[in-house]
Amino acid sequence: MKKNTINLDINRINNLKVNLSAIERRTSTITKRRTVKKDYQVAWLLKAVTLLDLTTLEGDDTFGKVDKLCAKGMNPISNTILDNLGLPKNSVHVGAVCVYHNLVQHAQEILKNKLPVASVSTGFPAGLSSFQTRKKEIINSIHSGAKEIDVVINRTYVLRNEWKKLYDEIKDFKLAAKTRKLKVILGTGEIGTLRNVAKASLVAMMAGADFIKTSTGKEKTNANLNNSLVMLRMIREFYEYTGKKIGFKPAGGISTAKEVLNYLILMYEELGSEWMHPSLFRIGASRLLIDIERQLYHYAVGRYANSNKMAMT
Amino acid sequence: MNKIIKNFKKIKYGPAPEDSDEVMKWIKKLPKQNHNFINGEWKKAYSKKILKCINPANKEKLYNLTISSKSDVNLSVKSAKKAFISWSQKKPFERSKYLYSLARLIQKHSRFLSVLETIDNGKPLRETRDIDIPLVARHFYYHAGWTKNSLINDQKPLGVVGQIIPWNFPLLMLSWKIAPAIACGNTVVLKPAEFTSLTALFFAELCIKAKIPKGVINIITGDGSTGRALVEHKDIDKIAFTGSTDVGKKIISATASTNKKLTMELGGKSPFIVFEDADLDSAVEGVVDAIWFNQGQVCCAGSRLLVQESIEKKFLNKLKKRMEKLRVGNPLDKSIDIGAIVAPIQLKKIDKIVQQGKKDGAKLWQPSWSCPKNGLFYPPTLFTNVAPASLIAQVEIFGPVLTSLSFRNPSEAVLLANNTPYGLAASVWTENINLAMDMAPKIKAGVIWINSTNLFDASVGFGGYKESGFGREGGQEGIRAYTKRTLPTRKLINYKSKKNFENKVIIDRTPKLYIGGKQKRPDGGYSYPIYSYNGKNFICDVARANRKDVRDSVEISSKALEKKLNNFNRAQILYYLAENLQRRENNIIELLVSLRGVPHSLAKQVFSLSCERIFYYAAMADKFEGKIHNPPFRGITLAQKENIGTIAVILSEHDPLLSLVTCMSSVFSTGNTQLIVPGQNTSLIATELYQVLDTSDIPDGYINILTAKKNELNSTLSKHENIDGIWYFGNSQKSRAEIVHNSTSNLKRFWCPEEKNIDWTNSSKIFLDEFLHQSTQIKNIWIPYGE
Repeated sequence: MKKNTINLDINRINNLKVNLSAIERRTSTITKRRTVKKDYQVAWLLKAVTLLDLTTLEGDDTFGKVDKLCAKGMNPISNTILDNLGLPKNSVHVGAVCVYHNLVQHAQEILKNKLPVASVSTGFPAGLSSFQTRKKEIINSIHSGAKEIDVVINRTYVLRNEWKKLYDEIKDFKLAAKTRKLKVILGTGEIGTLRNVAKASLVAMMAGADFIKTSTGKEKTNANLNNSLVMLRMIREFYEYTGKKIGFKPAGGISTAKEVLNYLILMYEELGSEWMHPSLFRIGASRLLIDIERQLYHYAVGRYANSNKMAMT
Repeated sequence: MNKIIKNFKKIKYGPAPEDSDEVMKWIKKLPKQNHNFINGEWKKAYSKKILKCINPANKEKLYNLTISSKSDVNLSVKSAKKAFISWSQKKPFERSKYLYSLARLIQKHSRFLSVLETIDNGKPLRETRDIDIPLVARHFYYHAGWTKNSLINDQKPLGVVGQIIPWNFPLLMLSWKIAPAIACGNTVVLKPAEFTSLTALFFAELCIKAKIPKGVINIITGDGSTGRALVEHKDIDKIAFTGSTDVGKKIISATASTNKKLTMELGGKSPFIVFEDADLDSAVEGVVDAIWFNQGQVCCAGSRLLVQESIEKKFLNKLKKRMEKLRVGNPLDKSIDIGAIVAPIQLKKIDKIVQQGKKDGAKLWQPSWSCPKNGLFYPPTLFTNVAPASLIAQVEIFGPVLTSLSFRNPSEAVLLANNTPYGLAASVWTENINLAMDMAPKIKAGVIWINSTNLFDASVGFGGYKESGFGREGGQEGIRAYTKRTLPTRKLINYKSKKNFENKVIIDRTPKLYIGGKQKRPDGGYSYPIYSYNGKNFICDVARANRKDVRDSVEISSKALEKKLNNFNRAQILYYLAENLQRRENNIIELLVSLRGVPHSLAKQVFSLSCERIFYYAAMADKFEGKIHNPPFRGITLAQKENIGTIAVILSEHDPLLSLVTCMSSVFSTGNTQLIVPGQNTSLIATELYQVLDTSDIPDGYINILTAKKNELNSTLSKHENIDGIWYFGNSQKSRAEIVHNSTSNLKRFWCPEEKNIDWTNSSKIFLDEFLHQSTQIKNIWIPYGE
C-alpha cells in the first residue's frame, strides 16, 4: 500500500462549502434519475456482494458466530442461485469480513488469507480511550493477522475544529498500521454538519487514510446518501489535486438490495466505474446480504423467496 | 459470455423502459381526427384541417390533430359564456368540490398521464412522473382552497377566459391556467399547443368523470390560427397566454382596442450566477437542473451561466465532467436525463442558432458521446468565449444550450444578469447569505432562486419582469389575475360656478415644465393657452412639451431610480408634501374654481380630500408590504413587492387635483419615478405644485411634470423603451388602443382602465390600493436553508 500522507492544508479545509438543501436535492433525484433492471440489476447486485465488508460487531459475538460469518463470506450466494444464473460455483465472495479485535485471529484461521480480515480499532466505537491504548490496538490487530484496520477518530477534534490534532492522530494511526489498509471512520452522525463531514474527510485523506468510512454503525444516524455524497465529492476533490485515489466505505443501516443499489449508482455517477471495485469501495453491512440473495433468487427462479431459504451469517 | 458476467465485469446501465401499452391503446382509439371538448361533451369539429402529430422520440406518427376553425372557437366560447352564468353564482364550496375531484383524478391516473405526456412531448419520464404531474395535482388542490378566499373584498370573476398554452409543460400549464380560473368562478376555453394536445384531451375525460358542469371547461385543439380566433373573439373577457415574447406582443396588439384583460407569461434568458464561495459541486448540479431540465425548453431555464472569474476554469472543468455523465435518449427510459426535442422545426432552430454561435467565434463544447439517431435528440451544449452582444448570449434558444460568461465582482454580475430584454428568473449561488440577499433585489426578474433552480409551487407566484411578461400565476398574486376589481365611476357634472370669474390683472405667470427637480423651458419653445372653465377668459400660456422634453425627463428619472429611497424616506417626503400643499390651499382652490367651475365649497372639500389622500399613500409607503409564502419545502419564499421603475401617467381634465395627487403620491409611495402629463386645460393645477414639490424634498427626477396638448405625448411616451409603465386615464378608446399597442415596444406595464369618468373622490381601500398594486410587481425569492 503506497503512502498517501500529504501535508495538512488548512486553507483548503477552511474554504470548503457544502449546501445541505442542494445536497438533498441531488441525493433525492439521483435515485430517480437512474435505475437498473433485470440482468443488469443482477450484475449490479453481484457487484455489491463483492464490495461487502461482512460485519459482526456485537457484544455477544463468539467464535461460533464468526465461523458462520466466514462461511457466508466465502460463499455469499448459494450455488443453486449461481447455477440458475449461469455462473460458476463459488465464483463470488465478499470483500472482507469485519470483526472486533478478539475475533481476528479466529477469523484468519478459518479464512486462511482467502479473504481479508478487517478489525475495528482505536477505541471503537467512541474513540475516547487513551491515545496510546488506541494506537496499541492497531499494532495488536496486525499481529493477530488483520489485513485491514477500521479506525475511529476522536470526534471532539472535529467538533472543536482542531484539524491539526485530528490530522496528527490519523497520521500516527497510519504509521502504526504500516502497509495495512487504513479505513478512517468519521462518525458522521456525531460530528454535526455536512460541512464538518467534508472537512473531516479531507483531513483524513491528507493524513493518509486509504478509505474514508461514514460511521461505526453504532450512531443514531449512520450512512445515508447525503453524507456519502459529501464524502465522495471530497474524494474527487482530493484526487483532482493530488492524483491519489482514496476509497469509500458507507456503513450502518444499509439493509436492502434497493438501498445498496442507490449507493452504487451514487458512486458510479460521482466518481465513475474505476471506483466500483473492492480496492476503492466497500460497504459495511450485516443484514444486507440476505436481501440481495433473495432478489437474486427471485430473478433466478421467478418467484419471491422466503428468507429462511437463505443461509444465515 | 454470459450477459450477467459481462455486465458484472464492466458495470453499466441497461435499458429500463416504462411500459406504454395502455397509453398507446388509448391513443390508437382516438377518432380519425380528434374531437373538441365543448359543453361537457366530445364534439366533432367543423374544421377538417389536420396536423399529423408525432412521437418526437422515434418520429412515429401518433394521431391527427384537429386544427379548429373560427366556427369551433365560436361554439366553445358560446358554451363557456352560457356556463358562466351559473358557475360564477355557485357557492365556493361547490366549486371547491369539483377542483378537489380533479386533483384526485389526476393522482389516480398519474402514471398514465406521465407516460402520455412523455410520448407526446419527448421529455423524460423522470420529469413527468416526479415533477410535472405531481405539480398538476398540487395546483388543483391548492386552488380548491381559493374558491372562497378569492372573492373577498367584493372581487368578482372576469367571465370567459381564453387560455393558450405552450408545448413545453403541456398538462402543467393547463393546470396553471384552469385551476385558478375556475376557482375564481370564471369559465374557460383552453387551446393546448399543436405539438402536445394529448394530455389535455385525456384531462377532458377526467372532467367528464369529475362531472364538471357543462361548458365550464372547454378544450379545443388547434394551431396559431385557432389561437388568433380565440384572442379576437368578442365574448372573451381575458386572455391568459404562455409562450414566446413575439406572439405575446401580437396578442397585446390584437386586443389593444378591446377591454380584454391579459396575463402574459413569455420568454426568458435567465442568468445562473455562481460566486467563488458557492458549493461548486452542488452548483454544477444546479446547472444541470437549470438548462438540461426538459431539454432546455423551459422559459425560465438558466441558460446564461455567469461565473466568477476566480473559479471559472475550475467550475467549467467540473461542469464538463458532469456533462459527460448525462444520458440522452428514449424519454420513456427511467435512466434518461435528456429526452427528445419536441418537433423537427424546434430542433432545426436550435441547431441554426448553435451554428451561428460557432460562426460568431464562441467556443463550443459537447460531450464525447453521440445522441441516438432515431429521434429528435440534441446533445447538451456549452459555449464559452461568448461575447455578451452575440446572438447566442441574447436570444432565447429554448434548447439544451448553455452560454458561459465570467464576472469579476458582484456589481458586474448584476450588470451582466440584467443585460437582457427579459426578466423571468435568476439563480444565485453563494454560501454567503449577505451576498445572496443583496443580489436578489438587484436582479430584475420575477423569480430568484437562491442556491437552487427551477423550483415551482402552486402557492408561489410565477411570472416575469420586463419583456418576460406580466401578471403572476400561482399564489395569492395569481388570484388577482382572475378576479375583477371595477373602479368606481360617477356621472360627469358640468359645474357652473355662480361666482363670476374675475380676470384680475396680475403679474404674468410662466408655468414651465418640471424636469429633474427644476423648472425648465420647453425644448420646442412653444406654449398653449389656458382658459377659464367656460372658455371665456384667458388665464395664461403654459409650456408645451415635445418628444425631446420626454427624452430628457426619462433620462433623469431613470437615473433617479438609482437613489433607491427607502420607504421611510418616501413616507416622510409625502407627509411633508401634504404639509406644504396645505399652505397653498387658497391658490389651488381658486384655480379649481376658475379652471373647472366647481363651487368654492366643493373645491375646498376636494382640496382637503387631496391632502388626506397624500397622507394615505405616505402611510402606505411602509405598509404595502410583501408576503412570505410557504411552499412545501425547507425554506421560505419571499414575495417582495418591487417598484416598476419609471411610470408615465397621462391624466384627463376630470378631477384634476385629486387624480393628480392620487397618481403622483401612489407612484411615489411605491418607489417609482414618474412623468405626469396633466389634462390639457387643467395643467395649471399641476404647475402650481412645482414649488410645493421643490420645498418637499422630493429628490430630483422622481416626479416630472410635462404639460402638453391632449394626446400629444401619448405616442412618444408609450413607445419609449426606458419607460417601464404607462397609465392612461383619458376617455378616448382610440388613444387607449394606441398606447396599449405601442407599449409592446418594451412590454411596459400598462394600466388603461376601461372605466370612464372614474370617481376619484372614492376613498375605499380597494380603489386606493389598486394604484399601489399597479405600481408594483412581485418578485418571489426562494430561499432554501439548512446546515
